[in-house]
Amino acid sequence: MNKVVSNAQEAIQGIESGMTLMLGGFGLCGIPENCIAALVDKGVTDLTCISNNAGVDDFGLGLLLQKRQIKKMISSYVGENDEFERQMLSGELEVDLIPQGSLAARCQAGGAGVPAFFTPAGYGTEVAEGKEVRYFNGKPHLLEHALTADFAIVKAWKGDRYGNLIFKGTARNFNPLMAMAGKITIVEVEELVEPGVLDPNFIHTPGIFIQRIFQGVDYEKRIEQRTVRQKV
Amino acid sequence: MLDKQGIAKRIAQELQDGWYVNLGIGIPTLIANYIPEGISVEFQSENGILGMGPFPFEGEEDADLINAGKQTITAMSGASIFDSATSFAMIRGQHIQLTVLGAMEVADNGDIANWKIPGRMVKGMGGAMDLVASADNIIVAMMHTNKRGKSKLLKNCTLPLTGVRCVKKIVTNLAVLDVTPDGFKLLERAPGVSVEDIKNATEGRLVIEGDIPEMKIA
Repeated sequence: MNKVVSNAQEAIQGIESGMTLMLGGFGLCGIPENCIAALVDKGVTDLTCISNNAGVDDFGLGLLLQKRQIKKMISSYVGENDEFERQMLSGELEVDLIPQGSLAARCQAGGAGVPAFFTPAGYGTEVAEGKEVRYFNGKPHLLEHALTADFAIVKAWKGDRYGNLIFKGTARNFNPLMAMAGKITIVEVEELVEPGVLDPNFIHTPGIFIQRIFQGVDYEKRIEQRTVRQKV
Repeated sequence: MLDKQGIAKRIAQELQDGWYVNLGIGIPTLIANYIPEGISVEFQSENGILGMGPFPFEGEEDADLINAGKQTITAMSGASIFDSATSFAMIRGQHIQLTVLGAMEVADNGDIANWKIPGRMVKGMGGAMDLVASADNIIVAMMHTNKRGKSKLLKNCTLPLTGVRCVKKIVTNLAVLDVTPDGFKLLERAPGVSVEDIKNATEGRLVIEGDIPEMKIA
């Protein structure tokens, strides 16, 4: 079994304009930098992107927004990106904002074959508009539907040829959930290893969810908010 | 009157030994600096860490270790890291004992608005809607009035809601208040602030019973 492709260009083959993509990451932490750059180069447009955030103006998904390649964003928080806010307020960009926990659960449900579930998040707010409400234990809940994507694109720390993955630090975030929910899931890793190198007890995402894997290059790993303390 | 650090200090007095606590962005983040002596709490950040530590020393920042405010952080000894679904299982499943977050408006029935100003500012709710819908114990940390001097403690929220009937306690620069069926119940005054000052700065129903003590801030 060999899921290895040579680079991001090869990995994103088959992604066409109008498709729905899931992209892992929280802020700029754990985003698939190589594949985002390849999508900009490829010039596909009218994308629906499911991603917790929308990058910043000049990095992450902000690069696709700059080139007007995104038609619709499904996210929970987009506050770090002025171009995003401009496109949204002017109506150029369609935006579906959903609670972060519901977003995570909807991706997980999509990958796990659960078509929908009830959650209390968003009851009594704009998020509840048009959604079925049902009471459990005396408390109102909203029916939320699973999310899937034509392609899920995730970033891991280490992975093997079979697609078994280990994430590092809080770069894990949405990546394991989205990895499960793609019809085709692409993963870029900082370190591609041979099967057997990774301890099976410590695999975060089993290879069954992954179709294509490659060794990424030139990670910038930009820090959004550099906060430090002084040594005393 | 309290400053932001003072609000954080006062809320820190609510912490109890063994609690898991989620702190929102802004004033709530400052609470981690004022944990009372002799108690141990663990901070959860909803992007996927339990046991969040202080900011790293300069030169030791790790792009792969951030909090939900996208700030570089450290992990305490005994910390754990997990995906976003597990993180919100902790929140939705009520495994977190205290949630502290900021707000633009709170209504006297416990409604909260903190994610959107229609036509002007749309940043998204992030994890706030999940947090307020599930948490048993929610404290709002905010200034009593907005930049134009208007009360943020209202009869009804005017901005799009984040959650309904969920806020339990509010700590502002002027006062500590509980949300009760009769409205905001005044518990404590900030140093140098009179009951009259608080009345004037509160638009929602305010319940005042007996003498209102002044807060004790170390």
